Amino acid sequence: MCTVCGCSTATIAHSADVVPHTHDHDHDHDHDHDAETIDFGKGAAGVDVAGLSQGRTIRIERDILSKNAAFADANRARLRAKHIFALNFVSSPGSGKTSLLVRTINDMKARCSIAVIEGDQQTSRDAERIRATGAPAVQVNTGKGCHLDAHMIGHALDRLSLEPDSLLFIENVGNLVCPAAFDLGEAHKVVVLSVTEGEDKPLKYPDMFAAADLMLLNKADLLPHLDFDMQACLTAALRVNPNIEIMIVSARTGEGLAAFYAWIDARVGG
Amino acid sequence: MHEVSLVESMVALVEDERRRHVFSRVRTIGVQLGALGHVEPEALRFCFDAVTRGTIADGAQLRIETIPGQGRCSACQRIVALHDRFATCPACGHADVRITAGDELRLAELEVE
Repeated sequence: MCTVCGCSTATIAHSADVVPHTHDHDHDHDHDHDAETIDFGKGAAGVDVAGLSQGRTIRIERDILSKNAAFADANRARLRAKHIFALNFVSSPGSGKTSLLVRTINDMKARCSIAVIEGDQQTSRDAERIRATGAPAVQVNTGKGCHLDAHMIGHALDRLSLEPDSLLFIENVGNLVCPAAFDLGEAHKVVVLSVTEGEDKPLKYPDMFAAADLMLLNKADLLPHLDFDMQACLTAALRVNPNIEIMIVSARTGEGLAAFYAWIDARVGG
Repeated sequence: MHEVSLVESMVALVEDERRRHVFSRVRTIGVQLGALGHVEPEALRFCFDAVTRGTIADGAQLRIETIPGQGRCSACQRIVALHDRFATCPACGHADVRITAGDELRLAELEVE
């Protein structure tokens, strides 16, 4: 379990805490108030005593991630000004993201400039692997953090001297949960799933597959050795996200990667 | 997921409000969470007190309102209730139902003094 955020607190039943929602307040949108509302203000310290306080209510209605969204918008504007196409690679640890990036850089570096922002909790091992290809890389260590956020990416961009019309690959912290919610200013999230992980991952971690526009199903060279149900995996991914594009690839053999490079080329021009 | 980051973001928004309004203490922070969203209410509660300690929101109660899931079916165009993010349309069985409510992650109101 993630000690910072309690990521995998897994099976917490909500329904027992659900109580009818009785107070009135104004909304500029419609929703059903009766269904399920959890009132966390019912504890002893939350008791209101009329006449004893000067309390008042301030309406805010701001997205909790609005600060991240503002940083992400700034990153996006900065990238757009130099015609840089940025992809945010997300996956669980060990899916082969770094190997995939190394392969992609080696295959594409003759025709375009590529830089990488590497996110990990500790060490600069991945950035060193990227730099061995000749591509510039900045390592962001999140410490105990379980995801990259747009503010970190802004600082990483300060460190990289990105060339106009280049590619930027952001390798997020290996975590199939938390990075889903954080826009970094990228053009697309690319989720990497490996065939050794099990075909039901999209159903078990739907937020990430819902947030991604492209899924790379990696380690396809291992398929002859596994009981991986390819059709079940594709069905699961499309059930969570009917619009996701899927490519079956191998960073080791290069199988299927031409389609990925063509996918990038089609979008860089656009 | 990263509920610590979310509580830190909430504290930052409360700090923003303190620049606009005069208050010395936050009694309650009201948030709206979509039932289909990525935030686990129990995990948010779990870290709320620890993260707010020593901030403007120290001692505040966290009040969570859950917004039920709702979507529009791209096939039959009906507005339907959704109980999970990737449910098929309960009316026609089509798989492509676009979420119209239930994805919220919003700081709704503060009770201050």
